[in-house]
Amino acid sequence: MSVAAAIGVDAGSTTCKAVAVDAAGRVLARRVEPASPRVEEQAERMVAELRAEVGPAAALGATGYGRKRIRAGLALTEITCHARGAFECMRRPGVLVDVGGQDTKVIRIGSAGEVVDFAMNDKCAAGTGRFLEVILGRLQVPLGAVAEHVRSATRAVPVSSTCTVFAESEVISLVSSGEPLEGIVKGLHQALASRVAALARSAGPGTDVFMSGGVALNLAMVEALSQALARPITVVPEPQLVGALGAALSVMGASRGARPRAV
Amino acid sequence: MILRRAQYEAAGRVAAPFLATLEAWQRRLRPRRAPRETPFGPPLESTRKLKELMTAHYYQGRYADGAVPVAWVTSGFPVEILRPLGFHGVYPENHAALCGVRRIVPELSDAAEGDGYSRDLCSYARTDLGCVATGKTPVGRLPRPDLLACCTNICQTVLYWYRALAAHFGVPLVLVDTPYVYGEAKPHHVSYVRAQLEELVAVAEEISGRRMDPDALAEVTRKAKEGSELWGECLATATNRPAPWTGFDGFFHIAPIVTLRGTDACNAYYRQLRDELRDRVSRGIGGLRDERHRLLWDNLPIWFAVREVSTLLASRGFNFVCTSYTNAWAEAGSRVDPADPLGSAGVAYTHVILNQDLRHRQETLARLARDYHVDGAVLHSDRSCKPYSIGQVDLKERLAADLGVRVLLLEADHNDPRAWASEQGDNRITAFMESFA
Repeated sequence: MSVAAAIGVDAGSTTCKAVAVDAAGRVLARRVEPASPRVEEQAERMVAELRAEVGPAAALGATGYGRKRIRAGLALTEITCHARGAFECMRRPGVLVDVGGQDTKVIRIGSAGEVVDFAMNDKCAAGTGRFLEVILGRLQVPLGAVAEHVRSATRAVPVSSTCTVFAESEVISLVSSGEPLEGIVKGLHQALASRVAALARSAGPGTDVFMSGGVALNLAMVEALSQALARPITVVPEPQLVGALGAALSVMGASRGARPRAV
Repeated sequence: MILRRAQYEAAGRVAAPFLATLEAWQRRLRPRRAPRETPFGPPLESTRKLKELMTAHYYQGRYADGAVPVAWVTSGFPVEILRPLGFHGVYPENHAALCGVRRIVPELSDAAEGDGYSRDLCSYARTDLGCVATGKTPVGRLPRPDLLACCTNICQTVLYWYRALAAHFGVPLVLVDTPYVYGEAKPHHVSYVRAQLEELVAVAEEISGRRMDPDALAEVTRKAKEGSELWGECLATATNRPAPWTGFDGFFHIAPIVTLRGTDACNAYYRQLRDELRDRVSRGIGGLRDERHRLLWDNLPIWFAVREVSTLLASRGFNFVCTSYTNAWAEAGSRVDPADPLGSAGVAYTHVILNQDLRHRQETLARLARDYHVDGAVLHSDRSCKPYSIGQVDLKERLAADLGVRVLLLEADHNDPRAWASEQGDNRITAFMESFA
């Protein structure tokens, strides 16, 4: 069995992720939990669990909004870590679309895995996973049933994506008007996809588009975004863990004396 | 009137210098604190003089109304024309920036919003209208205007803002409308602006009760041109490595060229500052202790977060060595001609950066990027300043494609902290800095 070389923690706004990797960058163990407001305690416990599972790993890297609260050897922004993690998995340049709980990032990754450019949603979570989470919750549609709803919809009911709160009341109004639930769910996906696609406009023709973040687990969303961008999208393996993986790889590179590739 | 005039003169010539001397003595008597760990180089000696100059200007302003004619003017207004007629100039934008630095904008803006002004309105305008409504100001008191002088070369908002001021104060509003320039201004554009400046002279003469002395106007114009050139020389010292100051220093030291343009005090100040900066260059003293990366800044500063943003950047050796904003006041001088004060003012004030097309902006940014040897740029997408922010996505792509410069588009506001998400801003800037490693 491989020996753990580094642990990466991604303390995001919605979930906290942690991975342990070996010296070759392979993920040996992982943890994903809803984010706790006590970031420090949660991260310490998750790291302890990973160490108990795969043995003591020397280096700890942190990323995400909670990174400053984690006692880690290296703390980097999630932009750098997502690029690092995605490049490790995909091994080629491209545009990474990371749709997380409250952040959507579009990161242009260069041929050496470096961050060439990035754009993010600003001051509003309407283009993020929270948009779907809030409204699907209101419609009482479990995440596991989303893909089936979208597949069975005969048409998409247009829903605005300007504001999550207003969209929620709009959706309730649509339900009251007798619009089919499936069509509304499909419309929600298209609304979110159009919002994210607006950020990803810098992806030139012929550029590979990758997707990461918890929302990439929702295949209906991947499909909607693919249609909005009019090009295929490759989901990075274990998309929710890409940031934590990048943090682990970066701290491993730093502790070996090499500069982290993506930072 | 005579007593008021005596008060005004005494405030500027006696009281303000006395207060400055008193402050200097108090500073000397204060126990010295151990120097803090800082990424910045030694502070500029001239900063003390800057404070004295601006304090004196605002202090004297308290006694201006009733003593001399008072004009409230926009930052891009040809104030040189008013000086020979004895006007005391008040710059609501400069004053609003001061309110921004002192972090009192939310309460002033609340007052303006309470009067029905939208939060989507420029935060300078909201700050000023809030000051007018409440009388609150960090400078003690702003003198009541006899004339409102507004030039649309910086934006159209100023027109409606100054109309609101005119309705409030019941005083004349002079509008100088500058046609937007694509390439170079056409001769009929220039003659149109010149005709308005001639009207301005007539109105200002009536309000001041004085006749324009052409020689005095030529002299003020000469001083304004010289001041603009001196400011340009100060900025140009930052083409050296390391830059002897930071771009954020420049944001503060710009105050005299905006508010005291055309005066001896302004030019004397910039001579002192230029000499100090050149001396720092010759001795290798930088604005940062360790300048590793050189950046360009586009748009107004984020006044309430200047220290926060500059410290974050400086902590990793990033220095703003040039800004399109401070450069704008250096460029104006080249078109000014003391032999033709009104005609050349028409040309100069029509060609300010915000009144020219995007190609000019792009060329200006590219020239600054090359001249100052920058390897990155931050384009402040300013919620309050639409004319300055529009086109920045294209500018970003051009800077990256043509010059290989890394560019960050940073969303904020120049004066309203409620439009600034500190944690998210910090995250974007940090990610931007990480991309240089």
